Amino acid sequence: MRFQHGLLAAIGLTAALTSSPALAAEQAAINKGEVNVYSYRQPFLIQPMFDAFTRKSGVKVNVVFAKKGLVERLEQEGRNSPADLIFTVDIGRLSDAQNAGVTQSVSTPILTGVIPQSLRQSDGHWYGLTQRARILYVSKDRVPLDDAPKSYEELADPNWKGRICTRSGSHVYQVALTAAMIAHHGEARAKDWLSGLKANLARKPQGNDRAQVKAIKEGECDISLGNNYYFGLMLQNEEQFAWAQSVYPVFPTLAGNGTHVNISGMAMTKASPNKENAVKLMEFLTSNLAQQMYAEQNFEYPIAEGVPQSGLLRSMGKLKPDTLELDKVAENRPMAIKLINEVGYND
Amino acid sequence: MTPRKHQPVVGQARPHKGRAWILGGSVMAVIVASPLLAIAWIALFPSENIWPHLASTILPRHSWNTLLLMIGNGIGVFIIGSSTAWLVATSDFPGRRIFEWALLLPLAVPAYIVAFVYTDILEFAGPVQGLLRDIFGWQTKRDYWFPEIRSMGGANFVMSFVLYPYVYLLARAAFREQSASVLEASRTLGRGAWKTFFTVALPLSRPAIVVGTALALMETLADFGTVDYFAVNTLTVSVFDVWFGMGNAGGAAQIALVMLAFVVVLVSLERIGRRGRRYHNTSTRHTSSRFQLLGARRWLATTLCGLPILIGFLIPAGVLTRHAIVFFDESWNAAFFGFARNSLMLATMAAAVALAIAVFLAYGRRLSNPFFGVLSRIALLGYAVPGAVLAVGVLIPFATLDNAVDGLMRDWFGVSTGLILSGTVFALVFAYVVRFLAVGFGAVEASLGKIQPSMDMAARSLGAGPSRTLWRIHLPMIRGSLIAAATIVFVDSMKELPATLILRPFNFDTLATHVYQFASDELLEQSALSALTIVIAGIVPVILLSRAITNVQSQRRGAPSIGAIPTLTPAVPAAGAGD
Repeated sequence: MRFQHGLLAAIGLTAALTSSPALAAEQAAINKGEVNVYSYRQPFLIQPMFDAFTRKSGVKVNVVFAKKGLVERLEQEGRNSPADLIFTVDIGRLSDAQNAGVTQSVSTPILTGVIPQSLRQSDGHWYGLTQRARILYVSKDRVPLDDAPKSYEELADPNWKGRICTRSGSHVYQVALTAAMIAHHGEARAKDWLSGLKANLARKPQGNDRAQVKAIKEGECDISLGNNYYFGLMLQNEEQFAWAQSVYPVFPTLAGNGTHVNISGMAMTKASPNKENAVKLMEFLTSNLAQQMYAEQNFEYPIAEGVPQSGLLRSMGKLKPDTLELDKVAENRPMAIKLINEVGYND
Repeated sequence: MTPRKHQPVVGQARPHKGRAWILGGSVMAVIVASPLLAIAWIALFPSENIWPHLASTILPRHSWNTLLLMIGNGIGVFIIGSSTAWLVATSDFPGRRIFEWALLLPLAVPAYIVAFVYTDILEFAGPVQGLLRDIFGWQTKRDYWFPEIRSMGGANFVMSFVLYPYVYLLARAAFREQSASVLEASRTLGRGAWKTFFTVALPLSRPAIVVGTALALMETLADFGTVDYFAVNTLTVSVFDVWFGMGNAGGAAQIALVMLAFVVVLVSLERIGRRGRRYHNTSTRHTSSRFQLLGARRWLATTLCGLPILIGFLIPAGVLTRHAIVFFDESWNAAFFGFARNSLMLATMAAAVALAIAVFLAYGRRLSNPFFGVLSRIALLGYAVPGAVLAVGVLIPFATLDNAVDGLMRDWFGVSTGLILSGTVFALVFAYVVRFLAVGFGAVEASLGKIQPSMDMAARSLGAGPSRTLWRIHLPMIRGSLIAAATIVFVDSMKELPATLILRPFNFDTLATHVYQFASDELLEQSALSALTIVIAGIVPVILLSRAITNVQSQRRGAPSIGAIPTLTPAVPAAGAGD
């Protein structure tokens, strides 16, 4: 009977494990006096701001991070969801959350005072926190500054055949850029642009924004699309420093207007159980202190006026953002994905 | 060998006694299948009909890629798994005793980590191409050709060397169990080792090898991390594009169901192809003598068995170790122990629960009828569903139940109970069980099937009920398989990522999610210690597993009371990984 005894012991051990510390942690997480966040952003990028908030207010911030599925989780959890806030890295997920009906409108003088109208939903269903520009990284060795493309539209020019790298066309950043292109030029011209860009790719879309700069360093392509803050992040990384050194950043225009920008943002959930704390955190993140941390640690563009950009951002050149409303970008996303599929961008 | 048309159904002997088991098993099967049923439910309500757009754009290519990847991986795991299993099971060559367990090691390394490591090594900036450039004086990428690791071929390479242990484990058991007389007869009749392998051993082990390959293919179908990293656009990528990009959950669920249908068709085809050809051994005298390989052949065998271990385990683990040492001071902190504790706890619980359910279902099938068989088969399909999709499938029944209870409590007592199960460790364990039950079930069912029904009948006629028979007769007899099943579920749960991300509680990280946070930003080095810990935590049970198997084998040899019982080999025998 020795085997059965072992089996019984194993069952007992499992039961003991189940009832111990993890479940206690569970209970703590839904305590009042805290604030609960579902985040599409990697925790190591926002944890410093949350820590600063906790130091200042005494309110603890609990986080669940995932790159997909959090809006679905909110939908299913419904009115009993423990989450108060949702953080995203682009406009698309914010509008997805709003469309799914899991956000609520919130408005305070501080929030509407600090965040420009163009960077928040008119009823307060979501707020932008930082701006990030989708810029070009251009090879120092192989493309003279004067020859570099001045606009996104030029990327479709046959001149650049076999010289451009991008990440997957279905990634939220690429989708947002394509959606902006549709908003400016209409569906047909946007599709032509996508086909032209596709024809110029040096390789099948792959990797993330940093990997494209690496490919330039390695001579595989001469121009890539990427978010502006990766320049700073690469310069800080021992291995990636050389990648960043091989390129210079270019701020292209869209429809002669300005550079395509996206936002990282936040929204209050419809079921938010700790509304008061949630508002505190939202307001804190728009404060000069937090905005400065975003600017200096993550190299994003602060949205609060008067908060200085980091030295590196200033040295990269002046950002003149596209004035297109972000709502329009969000609206055109499904169409953008269809066009991306139609031209077979990722094949 | 006696061909048999029908197998006796044990429960028919005493139809009333097994009812509780069948009822309980049915309830369990429905609960385990509930996430899949939820996905089927979503599929009924697409926000728009996605098929015309998909069919005219990405669907043909994504289907083709999926098919190619499955064919490639299928061939890969079959060749690597069955050839190494054959050598280890029937021959003697230097290092065989080590290879016996070491060939399982790649199971412990998550495929996406292997993908990262090989990209680092084989890409343009990696050491291999760097060395070639130094030797030949090439400068840029345009000067020479080198296979692109981020490609279909790369995905095939990586996945074959990570997934082959499923085939190896099952095939080795099958080869060991083939009665020596069959193989010896073949040799005596003038067939060489090769011919014996292809005409006797391989067909006899077909069910086992098929089960192993099917597991590998289901894993292939569900994979997102590796194919995404290698930019291979498969149907899984379509599912995510449609769901999380276009916001069309219904359309995405439909694609996921089509993928499942694909698996069902595949498995059925194989069954139909095998129908009427059941092979049963009449003797269980195991091969006692091994072929003594001589001369160069010995070392060829050693090389053949060493290669998969080198590629699937030693190189990735070596690279991780190097990074882990460099970043040790940053990584070795209190948080790290928290991640490790969470991972171990979840994996242990998942293994225990999955094993219990697997035994319940398998025993239910033994007692019961074809309807229950179909039900339990549905419960096993979770393994072929991408983790993130399954996670949403898990959310639905849990949240529905929680909100229903909460609604009732509010109505009746005016108190809110909130979410009781959603967002807890419980939901995570449940997701792992749904996802990995197939792996454990295969081993348990096959092993249970090998036990003569006359054992049941003897026990039952002596007055033991079905439960007592299971506890005193069956479980001890199949303990090797039980340990194997629990081990594989444990190791797979340690590695699980996408469902963990979506379903976890607040402030809750496992080793896998911690690794992912950095690896998704191409910063794998900084979390190499956690990655290495996943591997090490996987190795320990793998080695234990192998030792347990050896022990069981040697005990059997010394215990004629069990060994002498003529075994009735079932239709799917050797999933009996443990024997």
